[in-house]
Amino acid sequence: MASKKMADGGLPVIARFEVRHRNYLAPDGSINRPLPAFASDASLLASLYRAMVLLRNFDRKAVALQRTGRLGTYAVSLGQEAVSVGIASAMREEDVLLPSYRDNGALIWRGVKLEEILLFWGGDERGNQFSGPVQDFPFCVPVGSQAPHAAGVAYAFKLRKQPRVAVCMFGDGATSKGDVYEAMNFAGVHKLPVVFVATNNQWAISVPLRLQTASETLAQKAIAAGFIGEQVDGSDVVAVRAAAEDAIAAARDGQGPRFIEALTYRLGDHTTSDDASRYRPEEEVQARWKEEPIARLRAFLANQKIWSKADEEQLAAECHERVEAAVERYLAAEPREAETMFDHLYADLPEVYVAQRRQLAGEGDG
Amino acid sequence: MAEVTLVEAVNLALARAMEDDPDVVVLGEDVGINGGVFRATVGLQTRFGPERVLDTPLAELLISGLCVGMAAQGLKPVGEIQFMGFLYPCIDQLVNHASRIRNRTQGRLTCPMVLRTPHGAGIRAPEHHSESTEAMLAHIPGLRVVIPSSPERAYGLLLAAIRDPDPVVFLEPTRIYRAAKGEVEDNGEALPLDVAFILREGRDITLISWGAMLKETMAAAEALAAEGIAAEVIDLATLKPYDEVTVLGSIAKTGRCVIVHEATRTGGFGAEIAALIAERGLTSLLAPVARVTGYDTVIPMARLEQKFMPSVGRIVAAARKACQFS
Ligand SMILES: Cc1ncc(C[n+]2csc(CCOP(=O)(O)OP(=O)(O)O)c2C)c(N)n1
Repeated sequence: MASKKMADGGLPVIARFEVRHRNYLAPDGSINRPLPAFASDASLLASLYRAMVLLRNFDRKAVALQRTGRLGTYAVSLGQEAVSVGIASAMREEDVLLPSYRDNGALIWRGVKLEEILLFWGGDERGNQFSGPVQDFPFCVPVGSQAPHAAGVAYAFKLRKQPRVAVCMFGDGATSKGDVYEAMNFAGVHKLPVVFVATNNQWAISVPLRLQTASETLAQKAIAAGFIGEQVDGSDVVAVRAAAEDAIAAARDGQGPRFIEALTYRLGDHTTSDDASRYRPEEEVQARWKEEPIARLRAFLANQKIWSKADEEQLAAECHERVEAAVERYLAAEPREAETMFDHLYADLPEVYVAQRRQLAGEGDG
Repeated sequence: MAEVTLVEAVNLALARAMEDDPDVVVLGEDVGINGGVFRATVGLQTRFGPERVLDTPLAELLISGLCVGMAAQGLKPVGEIQFMGFLYPCIDQLVNHASRIRNRTQGRLTCPMVLRTPHGAGIRAPEHHSESTEAMLAHIPGLRVVIPSSPERAYGLLLAAIRDPDPVVFLEPTRIYRAAKGEVEDNGEALPLDVAFILREGRDITLISWGAMLKETMAAAEALAAEGIAAEVIDLATLKPYDEVTVLGSIAKTGRCVIVHEATRTGGFGAEIAALIAERGLTSLLAPVARVTGYDTVIPMARLEQKFMPSVGRIVAAARKACQFS
């Protein structure tokens, strides 16, 4: 704790560490610091904005589908759209994304179809056979267990001398798991091309950050693993993308891993099965609405005169159309035959399970 | 052909696999310069370099999770866990990721990894070093669980495991790491997975076992032969998926069965085999299926571990009893 004076007995200090915080856009859309180079590209900024708005529309529809019994449990990104969009937008196609279950925005940016995401949350593995980059990992549901995979993927890149980067995303709760630390530690030892991203949305279901860790920042957890951890304003998509660009470039350049803590807020329930009002005061949520990422970027873009009311209306119509069309395709997806549950169990189905498969197909008694 | 121990056969197979395929990577604690605590990886780092034979930090979950990530990139990682008692942190990765990533992604990503670990009691090891919880692993869909019982099968099955496109847990019987010796030709030839080996033919009773317990099981068959009972001995070798055909075929011939494993009794893999025989071999049975197993206790430390494990005497007694039914 920086504020407390520690009794030092005159002992020498052998190490000191710093954690930086990055922010460009204030909640009202004004600028705090000179913007990074990419921000002069108006069309890129507009595409980040479009992606965030699409995600919010998609989330709203997904919740409606769940409420009407047409989708399973679903995790919304409300309030944290800037994180997954900002991170994914800094990746190259050949990089590998290892997402958590809440990173829809990153998957969509990387080309996964909306109907595929619906298919997954609708309870169909075919949703994970998606049209994004073929080596990207599927959503990871056991919290934090994808971090060692990211280290393994990055090790493979290093071994084969490929200029590729693994990007691993998880929540603040995940940083309490040994998996995440074990992976970061190993990545540090081998200077692997991997970027770990913690979306610090302040809550792990009902458990607030202060019960998750006594650490002042999550970013400082990287220090123990021997590399740079940076905190970014996760509701500022320009900051998220800039931090991701730097970290990914450094990793690609052989400088080893980085850790990004994206400080943001989950405005919605944890999932459609959760009721956040049980554990979270409404005033806290209302206050956070004033900082949310979409209004913030819109205000900036409007100030810059690169976004108009007409653009906004057109985007709304486009999103509506795109989401509705995806829902239609999702609902029209051919049902799977029951016996197909055996099809990808092993590369070749062992002979002993053929009878079980036949039983599912209704051909014989197994 | 050279006479080698089981652990030397493991080493030969690893070296051969690494020689043949640049994608094979060996990783684990102390596998490098030290050659592994049992010396299974000795000499590999000198030969193949520290990038392909890497000493990991002391973190078992990490080792298994790294294997998943590497395998998804098309490498063929062979992770080593020093003792089965330290495999438990890997269960999350085995159950939730390794065994099902193919299915979750409908074949888009796959997991051709091997996780090796010493298995079983009987070496007077410290606490937590003598686990035989293979049934827990054999319960996991999408996984392969393989246990060799001789140097020849260690060599051939490990090569098969490394070449297999799916995740394999390879359990190496610690008790016979050095005690088992045999001729192994280092010819790169794999043995089939999912197939049981008939070690000895007989028409009176079937004895089924795997790993180190085959030593006692074979000795019991020998003793039974002296009494005029011809026992057929099956080395199950792959526990998941296991060779039901060979098991049922043998029961059809002998009508009697004793299953031997050192793992604790309740929910042990013997129960699975007994259930299979009850379901699909009942009409052949001349006697109840018997199990000779460890007791439902924690595997005791050195002073009592021999009492825990099935002895030749217990196996012979069970077989004799089965043969008294007519
Ligand atoms: C290993 C594990 N334990 C528990 C759960 C149940 N669970 C699902 S999400 C969650 C909270 C995760 O919080 P955090 O990592 O902060 O991510 P967020 O949901 O806020 O994005 C819990 C406990 C789980 N999925 N995995």
